[in-house]
Amino acid sequence: MSGQIEKFSYDNRISRMFLYATLLWGAVGLLVGVLIAFQLYIPALNFDLPYTTFGRLRPLHTNAVIFAFVGNAIFAGVYYSLQRLLKARMFNDMLSKLHFWGWQLIIVCAALTLFLGISTGKEYAELEWPIDIMVALVWVIFGVNMIGTMVKRREKHLYVAIWFYLATFVTVAILHIVNSFEIPVNLFKSYSWYAGVQDAMVQWWYGHNAVAFFLTTPFLGLMYYFVPKAANRPVYSYRLSIVHFWALIFIYIWAGPHHLLYSAVPDWAQTLGVVFSLMLIAPSWGGMINGLLTMRGAWDRVRNDAILKFFVVALTAYGMATFEGPMHSLKTVNAFTHFTDWIPAHVHIGTLGWNGMMIFAIFYWMAPRLTKNGKLFSMKLANTHFWIATLGMILWSVAMYWAGTAQGLMWKQWDANGLLQHSFIDTVIAIVPMYLVRAIGGTLYLLGFFIFIYNILKTLGSAQAVHEEEAEAPALVLNNENHSKLSGYLRHRILEKKPLALTFWAAVAILVGTLIEMVPTFLVKSNVPTIASVQPYTPLELEGRDIYIREGCNSCHSQLIRPFRTETERYGEYSKAGEFVYDHPFLWGSKRTGPDLAREGGLRDDAWHFRHMKRPNSIYDDAYDNPPSIMPAYPWLITDDLDVSNTPDKIRAMQTLGVPYAEGYDANAVGDLQEQAAGIANNIEQLLSGTGEDVVADEIKNKEIIALIAYLQRLGTDISKDTNN
Amino acid sequence: MKIIFIMIGISFIIALFFLVAFIWSVKTGQYDDTYSPSARILFDDKPNSTLDKN
Repeated sequence: MSGQIEKFSYDNRISRMFLYATLLWGAVGLLVGVLIAFQLYIPALNFDLPYTTFGRLRPLHTNAVIFAFVGNAIFAGVYYSLQRLLKARMFNDMLSKLHFWGWQLIIVCAALTLFLGISTGKEYAELEWPIDIMVALVWVIFGVNMIGTMVKRREKHLYVAIWFYLATFVTVAILHIVNSFEIPVNLFKSYSWYAGVQDAMVQWWYGHNAVAFFLTTPFLGLMYYFVPKAANRPVYSYRLSIVHFWALIFIYIWAGPHHLLYSAVPDWAQTLGVVFSLMLIAPSWGGMINGLLTMRGAWDRVRNDAILKFFVVALTAYGMATFEGPMHSLKTVNAFTHFTDWIPAHVHIGTLGWNGMMIFAIFYWMAPRLTKNGKLFSMKLANTHFWIATLGMILWSVAMYWAGTAQGLMWKQWDANGLLQHSFIDTVIAIVPMYLVRAIGGTLYLLGFFIFIYNILKTLGSAQAVHEEEAEAPALVLNNENHSKLSGYLRHRILEKKPLALTFWAAVAILVGTLIEMVPTFLVKSNVPTIASVQPYTPLELEGRDIYIREGCNSCHSQLIRPFRTETERYGEYSKAGEFVYDHPFLWGSKRTGPDLAREGGLRDDAWHFRHMKRPNSIYDDAYDNPPSIMPAYPWLITDDLDVSNTPDKIRAMQTLGVPYAEGYDANAVGDLQEQAAGIANNIEQLLSGTGEDVVADEIKNKEIIALIAYLQRLGTDISKDTNN
Repeated sequence: MKIIFIMIGISFIIALFFLVAFIWSVKTGQYDDTYSPSARILFDDKPNSTLDKN
């Protein structure tokens, strides 16, 4: 099967570019993470500015860390390993460059828009539609470049890492496209195609698989290349790697509903998600064990070699996170861990531990190999980084496990009279010290990251770069006799040799899938049980809802009351699927840093909300020496005018999505909006008159705060309305 | 709740894609040898290397 020896070169420059980008965005993402961690301890760090409040910075942090830091690192590692595994240069240098600069452009656009509060409101998919399209395009460029390289490979066998990369490409492409169906209002605003429960299911099908196919499969692929390389040992069991790859990808795609346990999603779907989540332990641990045992015979080197240390902790964190995930999927465990800080703890074991430590190890190993010298600047510094990062991660996660467990149990605690023992704010006060420990842990991790940057830059800067690494390998020659026996193989080989045909058929396959998905959405009337009294939002409430999305209120407030007595007692009647039919997008949230808001409507008067938004602690001043609320203030909502120029467009967009506003209602929308706003403003003026905080209705009636109050006062009120009159 | 069936449909398409890929990989002998690939990646392809290329 071997042909003539061919000389070629590996493109190291592209790996180096992605490596630099990883360092830059990693620093940004972690820095924002540390800032928002401190904000939960010192709310003054929100600076009373829209751009620096927690609600806007939290999506910025998650996007920066997942898609910018981890994303660039994946590409750096994939571009390095793929070429060597296939014994071929990347398919096309121009595509590599387009991929790199396209991805950086996306990141810059993402950062700017998230600062400005331009967000779809869907977790881990906050970017607005023009950026979504850019992501899809750049992702396809990545895929074409990767598949093109496979076509011109010189190694017949596709090493297991490549399968992981392929699965990453295919699945993320489909998930991203399906979850991003939205109807644009203008360049900066769109509404999710799906509503309520359906939106929730698509979102968490996406969200869970984003974890699976963006944070897991590419890293398992990288693990199968870089761990054996660093340990200089073949992988423990190649057979196991194959078995666990196929098992993992077949099982992962069904586990999404475990994010929606006890929600309005049908029970059988929840149970399906639970069963598959439990099954996931096997392939996940297959990968972890395979990675750890690859170190056999090299354990003595772990003592001195920081690279192996990072790999060991990364794989251990992976094992922990993939044990914890299935445990959280059990309904009994989920009942008291969901919405608590246990979830960020779990996530950060995955990101700080698994992804972060993998990246550190890979870069410490790879960076010297991009230079003539081939030596890491300082192994001692790398060891220092290891201990600081590990300590930071432990402080971070132990604090959050503690906080999550404590708060989860406090929420469910009854007193002797059968009443709730703790008010919500008391459960916050109880865990605030843990927020400080978490922030310190994050700071340590960030400190380690700066050491990492220094070490890598010194390594790259102190030796001559090798941008083109010369290599040689025999050409891949096909054995024609085998072909006649294996017609399926033959067809694939022919297809493989024609990248255009392959791309075409791949596009057809994706289109068919899209049609199968889209057509029923258009044609089939949803059978979510409708509730007659549930009505569309008024224009003012709709605008208020968009402010709620813009400020990222759903980062800290859920809108889903689960059917537990502890929750119905605290928040009111549990949430029904039919209540969310006009919610584009759904805003159930996944974390209760503050209380649930699903039945906030009518609980307090308009003036309470007005004062609370201006200064959240104003409501606690009498009862506490140290006002306890950690919610940021939103003073700009009181000073900024509500922009109603898009209101008719928004109504029309909602009509397109099937929200039953009367024909031509967009023309009356602004009038109705102003009338409702005037009513609320008058009410606030009356309630506050003589309190020392007097306001004039005419001065506040066109402010953003009025719209937000209108929305909050509407939340969860529809089902208690009398429909008979 | 039709969206569930739609998503199951898409998931099936993804799974089907992987199934075809799996069958292809088995049929074309990708897994006939489950040892040497793990060792092979440890060697570099430096020019004029004395390694015996297969």
